[in-house]
Amino acid sequence: MTRRVAVTGIGVIAAPGASRAAFWESLRAGRSAIRPMTLVPEGSLRFPNAAEVADFRASAYMDEKEADLLDRFAQFALIAAREAVVESGFVVTTELGARMAVVTGTSTGGQTSEDREFYSLYAKGVTRIHPLTIPRTMANAGASCIARQYGIGGPCYTISTACASATHAIGQAYWMVRNGVVDSAIAGGSEAPFSMGFLKAWEAMRIVAPDTCRPFSQDRKGLILGEGAAMLLLEPMESARARGAKIWGEIAGLGMSSDAHHLTQPLADGAARAMRAALLDAGVEPGAIDYINAHGTGTQANDATEAQAIREVFGAHAGKVAVSSTKSMHGHALGAAGALEAAATLMALDQGVIPPTANFNEADPACALDVVPNTPRVARIEWALSNSFAFGGLNAVLVFRRS
Amino acid sequence: MSDQLTARVIEVIAKTQHLPAESITIDKTFAELKIDSLDGMNILFAVESEFDVSIHAEHAAAIKSVREMVEGIEKLVAAKEAAHQG
Repeated sequence: MTRRVAVTGIGVIAAPGASRAAFWESLRAGRSAIRPMTLVPEGSLRFPNAAEVADFRASAYMDEKEADLLDRFAQFALIAAREAVVESGFVVTTELGARMAVVTGTSTGGQTSEDREFYSLYAKGVTRIHPLTIPRTMANAGASCIARQYGIGGPCYTISTACASATHAIGQAYWMVRNGVVDSAIAGGSEAPFSMGFLKAWEAMRIVAPDTCRPFSQDRKGLILGEGAAMLLLEPMESARARGAKIWGEIAGLGMSSDAHHLTQPLADGAARAMRAALLDAGVEPGAIDYINAHGTGTQANDATEAQAIREVFGAHAGKVAVSSTKSMHGHALGAAGALEAAATLMALDQGVIPPTANFNEADPACALDVVPNTPRVARIEWALSNSFAFGGLNAVLVFRRS
Repeated sequence: MSDQLTARVIEVIAKTQHLPAESITIDKTFAELKIDSLDGMNILFAVESEFDVSIHAEHAAAIKSVREMVEGIEKLVAAKEAAHQG
């Protein structure tokens, strides 16, 4: 069985906006949500800026007892899933729930809870750790919580492939719906990286920018960390149309690869292999692609390597594809990044607006592509790619089609 | 049974469960308060921290009501005070 797969619900909570609509409003205007960090004390890190969900209070979204059970990353997952379900108009009955999947991505799971409890243990001399630390910390907490909330009884699991987690997760869910393993799915990613321990670990890698995220710009100085979640509701195109659902777009292909090369240095070959595999899976020629939502972290290595990979795959067409990195606005949300970017790509297809690469100053010959600098572009897009390339050399690429 | 200790235990349960303290009385069972095993663990943690005592696993499993919780804590607190005096 092979079915076309529609996205009928999108839920987002991230720095540019705490709902799908608010998120898109910022992105389509090219507004960056990178600001001075508030979640750790000022001056404690070499980099002062991040893309935080401003003034987040879980109790605004769920009762306090439910919020207590969940780390911030799982709270984000649940909030985004709820919006995706509500917006889709899909009613999860017992019967439909049994044939539904949940696949989430996260890089570090509930590490803010772990950081807080371990700090008490090591630094404050407290001898007891909160009994919910294990269930709060587990990487599948978001997926489990979504399944419990809606009575989703089909396959439910979490994929952790660093910065490609959400793209792998959405891709897995897409394949399951396409192949008839399930009849619908909630898929996406969530991340909450802002704890002192984790931020210090990023600081030590010296790849976080001291200013802001400037993907593909000559003067780029690194990535900016972000947080949040995005979840998509997937169902077969036929049933989505039959029930008159709003269809944001179609997921048409997934490609995956491994660099099998270096722990942190990306390899153009690996990225190119994932893009080619995605195009092949979708049965579309490179020349048909109008837009690529790039991995575009703003590091020297990623952006030059990704540009090289795009030129390898698209050849002469590379110059005609619009390539933008929305990380310049929502930051690098690690295991949620691919989900935020899938949401951005779907809305770009639906609305006919390409969100720009914000904070761009000057062209880099190593990234000689049409990177849609700073200004949103009105364009009818038929086909788009969304790239995710992770530390550890793991690559995942999704193909989207306008509906 | 000290009223003050009872009030402190009830306050800890109320805070942990996000329940109004008035809804919790000494005669309520955990089942009546809809406190499940996970909630129970949470309450034990909070009570241990509040009174600086350590509740053994086998004793903890037997606690099924507010009264049993208060009685258990009372014994532990008394034992702790006796140890200090000794």
